[in-house]
Amino acid sequence: MNAIALSRRSFLVTATAAGAAFAFAAPAEAAGGYEPTIWYSIGKDGTITVHVIRAEMGQHVGTAIARIVADELEADWSKVKIDHVDSDPKWGLMVTGGSWSVWQSYPLYSQAGAAGRTALIEAGAKLLGVAPGDCVARNGAVVAGKTSIGYGDIVAKGGVSRTFTPEELAKMPVKPAAERRMIGKPAPARDIPGKTNGKGVYGLDAKVPGMIYARPKLPPTRNGAKVTAIDDTAAKAVPGFIKAVALDDPSGTVPGWVMVYGETFVAADRAADALKVTWTPGDTAKVSEADLQKHAGDLIADASKGSLVVNDDGVDAAFAAAKSTLEATYTTATALHFQMEPVNALAFEKDGLFEIHTGNQWQSLALPWLAQALGRKPETIVLRTYLLGGGFGRRLNGDYAVGAALASKAMGGKPVKMVLTRPDDTRFDSPRSPSVQKVRMAFGEGGRVTAMTHDACAGWPTEVMAPFFMPKGANGVAFDPFAINGANHWYSVGAHRVRAISNDLASRTFRPGWLRSVGPGWTNWAVESFMDEAAHAAGADPLAFRLKMLDATGRNAGSAPNAVGGAKRQAAVLKRLADKAGWGKPLPADTGLGIATTFGQERDMPTWVACGARVKVDRATGAAKVEKLTLVADCGTVVSPDGALAQMQGAALWGLSLALFEGTAFENGEPKDLNLDSYTPLRMTDVPDLDIEFVQSDLAPVGLGEPATTVVGPAIGNAIFNAVGARVRHLPIRPEAVKAALKA
Amino acid sequence: MTSFRLNGREVSVETPEDAPLLWAIRDEAGLTGTKFGCGIAQCGACTVHVEGQAVRACVTPVSAVAGLSVVTIEGLDPKGEHPLQKAWVETQAPQCGYCQSGQIMQAAALLAATPHPTDAEIEAAMAGNLCRCMAYVRIKDAIKLAASRGTAA
Repeated sequence: MNAIALSRRSFLVTATAAGAAFAFAAPAEAAGGYEPTIWYSIGKDGTITVHVIRAEMGQHVGTAIARIVADELEADWSKVKIDHVDSDPKWGLMVTGGSWSVWQSYPLYSQAGAAGRTALIEAGAKLLGVAPGDCVARNGAVVAGKTSIGYGDIVAKGGVSRTFTPEELAKMPVKPAAERRMIGKPAPARDIPGKTNGKGVYGLDAKVPGMIYARPKLPPTRNGAKVTAIDDTAAKAVPGFIKAVALDDPSGTVPGWVMVYGETFVAADRAADALKVTWTPGDTAKVSEADLQKHAGDLIADASKGSLVVNDDGVDAAFAAAKSTLEATYTTATALHFQMEPVNALAFEKDGLFEIHTGNQWQSLALPWLAQALGRKPETIVLRTYLLGGGFGRRLNGDYAVGAALASKAMGGKPVKMVLTRPDDTRFDSPRSPSVQKVRMAFGEGGRVTAMTHDACAGWPTEVMAPFFMPKGANGVAFDPFAINGANHWYSVGAHRVRAISNDLASRTFRPGWLRSVGPGWTNWAVESFMDEAAHAAGADPLAFRLKMLDATGRNAGSAPNAVGGAKRQAAVLKRLADKAGWGKPLPADTGLGIATTFGQERDMPTWVACGARVKVDRATGAAKVEKLTLVADCGTVVSPDGALAQMQGAALWGLSLALFEGTAFENGEPKDLNLDSYTPLRMTDVPDLDIEFVQSDLAPVGLGEPATTVVGPAIGNAIFNAVGARVRHLPIRPEAVKAALKA
Repeated sequence: MTSFRLNGREVSVETPEDAPLLWAIRDEAGLTGTKFGCGIAQCGACTVHVEGQAVRACVTPVSAVAGLSVVTIEGLDPKGEHPLQKAWVETQAPQCGYCQSGQIMQAAALLAATPHPTDAEIEAAMAGNLCRCMAYVRIKDAIKLAASRGTAA
């Protein structure tokens, strides 16, 4: 557990070391306005501009963060503007992922808001000629009895210049929950109108005068391919074709790429199709899904491999002394991001600055790659911010920005708009790695659980792209925390051991991706399916079996500020879910209710969540129809109630889509399903009834973008078992697998 | 050169006649509200109206609209206040928003033909429009809200 806790801390430390991240740069009286901290400014007209470093990709994060500031600042919401900023070292770490945005921003922005309010009350009181103690701040003004002065007027009169040291800010008290006027209250998201009238500007919509277009001709393998010959005879017949260039990439991000330029996208697209390129492929050109899974199985079988993420004493002794043991292996298939906007970027050099216009989730990660690729200093490169046509973790990996930057560099810095087609996007995706997991449990007297082991093997995104975020396990081996989160659960299982293993064949074959919730998307498939199997093996009710182990003892007791209450809160969420979903009540024939519960993603910021899936199984075909999903979540304070619900709805349906509708396979080194003719995410017709509830809480807000994705799959698997007695252990669940399990 | 009416204005485009209408709209006419998703008419992000019918601009050749009327999200309502657009805001339907122009155009064609659709009719009409954020619950709510007001046709 400590290793995970450490990873969180080192993440924050790294963040701070990267720049002025969570410090408050010395503020100043900004040109014409007051800037109590770098996070927002107040203009002479009272306009408050909140600088948001998080990408807008559907979570309405700007609205959520601006309302955190506005609430503490006692601002007039109608005068608050949201500014999604471009990359700049002054912002420190820029990343949007891990459901971290509100959790990380909350203390920062609320204390910044409180600081501004304090300064404005002092200054306003002086201007009104009253004592600060006789004033309150409300709705964008400092009020003393019947007199008041607006924030804009205070700033315009030059009456406010107080600055705050980081220490003062860290101690800045925030309002009690009862005094909140915006947090937890409904408000329309500011980004939505522009998403209904065509005015929202996404990366694909970025344009500058004189730009040309480009589409890459992708090599047969993600890594290691070398261009040996380019034949542009046929491409030259395409009107508007400019030329084709094999990119020289010192950063190794886009090896083997040939960029095809055109006067229009149509020209570049058609020329890319017509162009003939010969490559020497990398050594993974024949790798299949079966190869990847077999390699994972072999690595798991070798006890010397991997990192011991949890390593209690007494595991082996408990198994040796066990009255009985249970073992099961769970697998998951490759899954695609399939964000609807194919990756793209516009790049050019202007006035000594290299500009990359694109939607991106982790600017701080892409900038060093860009610097290395372009041979420039990072401070001469800027990532301009746009709306993201879906993130889901794909755009945490900004590899596509490197391709566009090199495309421009090869044309002398001319503006080049690079667009990947959908099949290009899929071939170049950083998919969710296939996984293999072996889980074991030891039982003592009376079915008491005495030990558990969990070995998980998958491609590790963090190892490939951000190894500086890898903590070390108990055996000194580094591991990808995002790829094993979930296995370090809050159940008290006696002696516990978790071993995380990197599938090196996977990370050579493709660039493993962070896909919505990352590891918890597969680890909980194993943990929560196994909990049901273990309950049945022990002759216990799956709900009671779980609740007994969610006893909040020892390391599962929780800690302030983010995990107050620990496993008690998970138990509460599960109990509420069981009541709400009707656990134990009779159901029609071949219909089952399955339950699952997780802590979202990370032990350091648990979002307690539980799901009940009601599923009807057709015994003849094996088809599982999800009729209803019931979810209960405790995420602490809910900042934006409607936005929170939207995230839960979307994430739950993602979980359903990944469980029943998605999944692909590697074939000859690439995903075999390149487009929607064969990759089939959930459609409106497949949506079940959804019943979602949040636990009312004033505790620290944690994340919501991903937790619901982690519980739906195992709840469905458990429901299928409860419906017809068929146990499935592979995601996605195909009708054939259910049929086969029915016969078993 | 192909001429057609785009949001009520006569336009002539140089995009090749056999090239997708999508790129003529986006890159030549400069209307970027219509999106590129899959390129094979399976996601619906590029949905526009041709003579009032919802079509996928990514597989519609420019030549097919010669002399016809094409309407994009920008032209659905002069103020962006089509009953569906208003319902979309009221239900807070969009998440990332990338598919929503196509969803709204598809829904507008549905309500024009079937002002009071059943749930099954809504699902059938909208099944070709993928929302990767899976905002389907609200998209459906928004269509029902607009239909209930009876002014969407």
